Amino acid sequence: MIPGDGIGPEISAAVMKIFEAAKAPITWEERNVTAIKGPGGRWMIPPDAKESMDRSKIGLKGPLKTPIAAGHPSMNLLLRKTFDLYANVRPCVSIEGYKTPYTDVDLVTIRENTEGEYSGIEHMIVDGVVQSIKLITENASRRIAEYAFEYARNNKRMSVTAVHKANIMRMSDGLFLRKCREVAENYKDIKFTEMYLDTVCLNMVQDPTQFDVLVMPNLYGDILSDLCAGLIGGLGVTPSGNIGANGVAIFESVHGTAPDIAGMDLANPTALLLSAVMMLRHMGLHDHADKIQTACFDTIRDKKVLTKDLGGSAKCSEFTAEICRRVQDLS
Amino acid sequence: MAAHSAVLSASKIMNPFWVGRLGNTAKPPPAKYGGRHTVTLIPGDGIGPELLNHVREVFRFACVPVDFEMVNVNSALETDDDMNNAITAIRRNGVALKGNIETKHTLPASVKSRNNVLRTSLDLYANVMHCQSLPGVQTRHKNIDIMIIRENTEGEYSSLEHESVSGVVESLKIITRNNSIRIADYAFKLARERGRRRVTAVHKANIMKLADGLFLQCCREVASGYPDITFDSMIVDNTTMQLVSKPQQFDVMVMPNLYGNVVSNVCAGLVGGPGLVPGANYGRDYAVFETATRNTGKSIAEKNIANPTAMLLASCLMLDHLNLNDYASLIRNAVLTTMNETRVTQLCAEQCCCEVARGNLCCNLTRIHISFPAKLGNEMRVHTIHF
Repeated sequence: MIPGDGIGPEISAAVMKIFEAAKAPITWEERNVTAIKGPGGRWMIPPDAKESMDRSKIGLKGPLKTPIAAGHPSMNLLLRKTFDLYANVRPCVSIEGYKTPYTDVDLVTIRENTEGEYSGIEHMIVDGVVQSIKLITENASRRIAEYAFEYARNNKRMSVTAVHKANIMRMSDGLFLRKCREVAENYKDIKFTEMYLDTVCLNMVQDPTQFDVLVMPNLYGDILSDLCAGLIGGLGVTPSGNIGANGVAIFESVHGTAPDIAGMDLANPTALLLSAVMMLRHMGLHDHADKIQTACFDTIRDKKVLTKDLGGSAKCSEFTAEICRRVQDLS
Repeated sequence: MAAHSAVLSASKIMNPFWVGRLGNTAKPPPAKYGGRHTVTLIPGDGIGPELLNHVREVFRFACVPVDFEMVNVNSALETDDDMNNAITAIRRNGVALKGNIETKHTLPASVKSRNNVLRTSLDLYANVMHCQSLPGVQTRHKNIDIMIIRENTEGEYSSLEHESVSGVVESLKIITRNNSIRIADYAFKLARERGRRRVTAVHKANIMKLADGLFLQCCREVASGYPDITFDSMIVDNTTMQLVSKPQQFDVMVMPNLYGNVVSNVCAGLVGGPGLVPGANYGRDYAVFETATRNTGKSIAEKNIANPTAMLLASCLMLDHLNLNDYASLIRNAVLTTMNETRVTQLCAEQCCCEVARGNLCCNLTRIHISFPAKLGNEMRVHTIHF
């Protein structure tokens, strides 16, 4: 458990309380991941955090602050590199009770998290001309495609759509697409389609129900996953998980640290809670996951006790208590 | 002959930087002989040919003084002759109306997207799309009025790729100071001309610090020369999130190539679909008009269900560019009135022509019948669309 900064500690405490009420078989080890300078001058996360993670393999993370001019890279990036978190999974399901113009959204975006346009390789060739390199490799593309199909199979999803722009970026997205096609051969039970990025965007805002699981390289994934989050109500209610090599998985809330409401018991723990539910499913504890998720959705649907960002006026602790109560009722 | 060369030399002297966008240009539109303009027509693939036929029909009824020079491009061929012919024709006429040309994946990677080749050869650096909520169209969001200006020649679409080692491919995204300043300048000039208050630059400079950082810096520099217009910036993923929840907050948006692709498609979807929004590509010397979302629509081709609105409105933009504003207004009003009245299931080109005829007292009607489902653009969106 990495509480994070800002509202991180409050929402982490809320989640731990709800898990206790649900009697979930989880023990939490809290760690801080503020970067420190290791031997050789490279920035790294504290060794006890790394050791804890390597041992337990599963983590839950609150929002982390990226201080400007602190000298070290963003902590999220550091975590990603340390544990080789190659897949970012974001399931987007419409929440009953939180009204958005889009209802019945139920899709999952799986985004390659290590390369693509975010390789960070840029240089100024001559003054006024900048070149940024987008890197696509066979291994990374195959790995993410395999994960996508495995996820679809494990979660009983019907189809996987590869999102690309191979008409313009023939070689790079072409390679990504070829790997997806190859992997699709081994998963004949799942329907595989491919669609251009612009077509997906166009259709997504008109009718999101036609999409199921989407797999794509880094940049498209970034844009599309946030687009889908916007469809269901924003980052405050969207869960997210990062899967790494060696079985490591870190689940997190993707919203910011909200320093303006930190410590005032006003935060909405839904995003972190739903990420924790994702974590339970990943670990195979489906009953507990279902219980907590039902309790959370029921609370939001009833609209009696809601935090400010969901349209209510309750405090974080009241919201948490309500969910705990429902969880206990359901057990 | 002498008058002809006098006109041509006059046009060479008074060549404004932004053809057609500045209200009243002293430069006469190119390729105008005997009061009639010649415009290059590239049908393209999929629904392109049928849509352009509808445009020609409507022009005929409205007696628009425009002649079309048709140039066909066969996307199945590997050679570039077709494209070179098309480009030469556009250079000659100065203005073109086109459908989308399909990019076949089966051809080797050295054969670039033909639409892209056209844009870069003619240096059509600005892609302008005006997304407005149209009356009579049911959408989730109302009162949208966004102008999107997208850099059209560089960025991620530079088509520079190589396989360094087997299994490792690099694709280059190029951002240059000159092009960024050029597009930012265009955006601000357009905003001022149209009385818009705010320009938003869309970028990802927190990750691509040098590339998008340069773009953003150029926008800021240009913005300082326009104190009457507010300038702000937004990261592209936040932008898409805001667009699906509160699109009314945006006014004018300027961005590099790929984000432009994403944002323009999202906005087109928000106002009702790809069949409703026209797009225009402007360069210093040439202008090419097409549908905003550049769809080939292969799966609905020749079934008589494509929505002609986008192409018709694009042809109105073209008429404005040629200074034939009366004809442009006539056709535009006819299209919008028809859409408003015929709310439900069918839009007939016949009716559209009727409206035009009513305004113009021509009496010929051709029974061209197009029908599409109640939610406009519904059919177009579910099919694989290429460009």
